[in-house]
Amino acid sequence: MVVLVALGVFVLLEMAEGDAVDAYLAGLGAAGDPEFTANLRAQFGIDDSLGGRFFTYFVRLIQFDLGYSVAFSRDVSGVILERLPNTALLMMSAIFLSAALGMLLGGIAAVTRGGPTDAAITVGALIFNAMPGFWLGLMGIIVFAVKLRWFPIGGMSTLDANLSPIGATLDVARHLVLPVTTLALTYLALYVRLMRGAMISAATSGWVLAARARGVPALAITLRHMARPALLPVVTMIGLQSGALLGGSVVIETVFSIPGLGSLAFEAVTQRDLPLLAGILLAGTLMVVVANIAIDLAYGALDPRVGFANDREP
Amino acid sequence: MNRNSALTLGGVVGIVILALIVLAAMFAAVVTPGDPLNMVGRPLTPPFTDARFPLGTDQLGRDVLAGLLYGARVSLGVGVAAAAAAIIVGMVVGTVAGFSARVVDDVLMRITEAFQTVPTFLLALALVSVLGASASNVVLAIAISSWPPTARLVRAEVLRLRNADYVDAARLSGRTALAIAFLELLPGAVQPVIALVGITVGEAILVESALAFLGLSDPNLTSWGAMVADGRALLRNAPFLVVFPGVAIAGAVLAVTLTGDALAARLRIGGYR
Repeated sequence: MVVLVALGVFVLLEMAEGDAVDAYLAGLGAAGDPEFTANLRAQFGIDDSLGGRFFTYFVRLIQFDLGYSVAFSRDVSGVILERLPNTALLMMSAIFLSAALGMLLGGIAAVTRGGPTDAAITVGALIFNAMPGFWLGLMGIIVFAVKLRWFPIGGMSTLDANLSPIGATLDVARHLVLPVTTLALTYLALYVRLMRGAMISAATSGWVLAARARGVPALAITLRHMARPALLPVVTMIGLQSGALLGGSVVIETVFSIPGLGSLAFEAVTQRDLPLLAGILLAGTLMVVVANIAIDLAYGALDPRVGFANDREP
Repeated sequence: MNRNSALTLGGVVGIVILALIVLAAMFAAVVTPGDPLNMVGRPLTPPFTDARFPLGTDQLGRDVLAGLLYGARVSLGVGVAAAAAAIIVGMVVGTVAGFSARVVDDVLMRITEAFQTVPTFLLALALVSVLGASASNVVLAIAISSWPPTARLVRAEVLRLRNADYVDAARLSGRTALAIAFLELLPGAVQPVIALVGITVGEAILVESALAFLGLSDPNLTSWGAMVADGRALLRNAPFLVVFPGVAIAGAVLAVTLTGDALAARLRIGGYR
């Protein structure tokens, strides 16, 4: 899978007019001297035939060598690794907040089906879903950072503060409240819809009827017999959504000036740094693959019917 | 029953908002003649103070209302065109994959999964920056990055239908494989795709606005996302420059989603299921 994506990224790079050398020369303001240009091309490994170029690219990829970033004058992989933790933190917090809030609200909506609470939750989630993330973020900045001054406007941490480890953690958390909430709210509707639907379909199932007949308390039925089976489709959705969430974080990181992969992608675009952009695409894909493997493993814990192939006979 | 009436209420709201936006796009030149990118008034006129500029002007003296009306053309146009292209590509790939031999199916599905693994917005961003920021390239980029869900859905439906009696009948009557795939199987698989239309168009509008917000849109066209980006610098002093276009985007996406839902629900009730 990752190999296929790498091939696609390579095609994308080939499609681009001009290569890294052109960009580098333009940056130097020194176009002309053909010998210098040819030397640079050889140094960057881009003077071979198409097949040769792909081979070079691939061999380097396996060694985690993503090429040289012209904009940062450093190795692409170095720049990406430096930014990756911030994005991972933002994404994971947003996924958990979005899924948890979505499950809670979806559950409440399912229990109060047809009532005003249900309508309010469903409509509210739909409206947030329709809002572009960058705009919701800017609105959040106006209200909570500019007017109320509850949270900082952007960044990942206070720059010149000399804080203890606990203070520094709290500082980062304070900076992340707005971006994480923004990102989570725009993806909330999916989880609300899914949870509500799954719980309503579980409510009409035979096992819920049986539990009710046994005299199991209503709350226990809701939690154990309706909410638990409804978790599976929600968890599946988390895996499917991780890619979309990563895409959303490009814009959110730009709005809140968080130094992560997303704002890096934006910088790569504005500086026309294609090796960097390609590296970010690959890193993003890798993150999605890892997230999905983690989700597959989580299945086993949630659903006793799912296990490793050699766990037991069916 | 209550649920049904709520659905139609949502549908009605969606269709009304959508109709208003379509009207705005159609009559933009009548309501606010002239190029919306021209300077027409004193910069930063607040909204609701000057009858000539009901929604105020931005820092370059451009009429905000005109920008919104013309922006409707770009957002709806790009959104619908990109979604249509994505759905057509998805239907063709899905039909071919579902109907062809195992090998072709496997190859096509691996490609589909590869496209699905790459974060959609990152892919669109990379494509536009490689191809150049023009309206047609934005459509192309969104289409390329958002066809996989349709393809998977259509493939699943075609797989379900390929052994149906009427398909066997068509095979016996000597129709070519191509005709069976696209004239017999595809129409049967269209119904679930309808449910995706609203979501796909809404997503396309959101991606377009986000690209425009990041500066990757046609510089000669007014776009809601670009208006938000322009107003961002004046967030403290003139928040209306950011608020209005954002409301427009959210309204358009909401309208398209609700209309799509209503359409899907209508078909499900009227259909054979």
